[in-house]
Amino acid sequence: MLQRLQHLLGIETLTREQILFILEQAKPFQEFQRHPLKKLATLRGKTVAIAFFENSTRTRISFATAAARLGADTMNLQAESSSVKKGESLLDTVRTLEAMRPDAIVMRHSASGAPYFVAERLEIPVINAGDGTHEHPTQALLDALTIRDRKGKLEGWNITILGDILHSRVARSNIHLLSKFGAHITLCGPAMWVPRQLESLAPGVRCVSRIEEALDGADVVMVLRVQTERLHEPSLAAEEYILLYQLTQERLRLANPDALVLHPGPMIRGLEIDSAVADGPQSGVLEQVTNGLAIRMALLYHLIGGAAADAPHPAKERNNASD
Amino acid sequence: MRVVEKRQLLSAEEINRTLQRLAHELVEKSGGTKDLALIGVRRRGVPLSQRLAKIINAFAQVEIPVGTLDITLYRDDLSTVGAQPVVHSTEIDFPVDNRDLVVVDDVLYTGRTIRAAMNGLFDLGRPRRVRLCVLIDRGHRELPIEASFIGRTVETSDTEIVEVRLQEIDAEERVMLVDRVS
Repeated sequence: MLQRLQHLLGIETLTREQILFILEQAKPFQEFQRHPLKKLATLRGKTVAIAFFENSTRTRISFATAAARLGADTMNLQAESSSVKKGESLLDTVRTLEAMRPDAIVMRHSASGAPYFVAERLEIPVINAGDGTHEHPTQALLDALTIRDRKGKLEGWNITILGDILHSRVARSNIHLLSKFGAHITLCGPAMWVPRQLESLAPGVRCVSRIEEALDGADVVMVLRVQTERLHEPSLAAEEYILLYQLTQERLRLANPDALVLHPGPMIRGLEIDSAVADGPQSGVLEQVTNGLAIRMALLYHLIGGAAADAPHPAKERNNASD
Repeated sequence: MRVVEKRQLLSAEEINRTLQRLAHELVEKSGGTKDLALIGVRRRGVPLSQRLAKIINAFAQVEIPVGTLDITLYRDDLSTVGAQPVVHSTEIDFPVDNRDLVVVDDVLYTGRTIRAAMNGLFDLGRPRRVRLCVLIDRGHRELPIEASFIGRTVETSDTEIVEVRLQEIDAEERVMLVDRVS
């Protein structure tokens, strides 16, 4: 039987069945994004607290829009303009939020593990929207949805991830997810960002230093954002990164002809990815954004109100059977 | 609590004959098939709508578009059911604007499912007309909703349940009246 989700904290501890269930539940919401009237009353009267202790625009907007389209209200907490700046502890901040009776909390924090700490202490579902260098589970789920839609299935692909793997929670969540589906995962980037220890993260992972080798035979290429503040002399200059690791059209030809290119955004054109690739037919970048809404709607719907995958469909219950 | 079967309301043969009649009535009362489209409500409205379209196709030689509607997200009891029901896809691959829609379901009871179905449909556009076709009308309405096309009207009590079994979903074909005994 499918284990019911109480929170979404990370991908690592999810089962294949739980992941497939979430992807399946996202389908009706994908199609919903095409409706002329994008507003449901399903979560009317519910409140989602969106607490971001670290800057973010797109993930925050995506969660807020997902909540709004389900009919829920949102409470927003932004670290820069909040009591966090005044020295309040994380626990006090989230307890204060909880005292306003939201039905779920979506949080991002620069400390790895912060959502776990909060989930243990609050009564309401916690959704991890990115914690430190640990996990970003909704990103991995929306990437999986995009891969399954574009490539027909999720299982067994050759996945290449390019960039700063070590500091990337996107990479970590994706590695955990895709590894559960038998992917062969190749990590590639400057040696300081792709330490060999990453190979023990999950089964089927290998580290490669030359991009040509990493791209050879790839079915999916995930390009990570390069944080410019990490690029500096003498360790690695931006020009050097571009020269060695930028995903260009020419390099993409080394991958399988129908390889899918993904990027979690925000994209820096001309640094980690070339415009021709970002805008090319193999790019799934904008689908990722739309799928993000579907995944987040499915999760909010599932987690708020004690959603259970194994619960009987009320329409199938005896007293409602004939409605 | 257990349930006991009280009697059979329709046999497989009777279901078929009822659908034949409903299909003819539908075309006749619509003044043809122009703009006509059927919307099956998940789950058992779906095979019923497909069968109706097939019957119409057989005697009128027209392909009537058929869509599938999942009303889960439009239910009015989500906050009281405890565990959230699983959502399924709505598959309506034609514009509903200005269409002459017939919503198809197996049993009409409180009317709440149909209320939800209409909310779902109007999120997709503005149909010219919406009518309702059901295999069984068992009474006990809680909303001002009536069907335009009814297979059979059945007198029931509160504790009774009308169970529709269709080949496509249940691997058997009949309609039963069952009762709950505690």
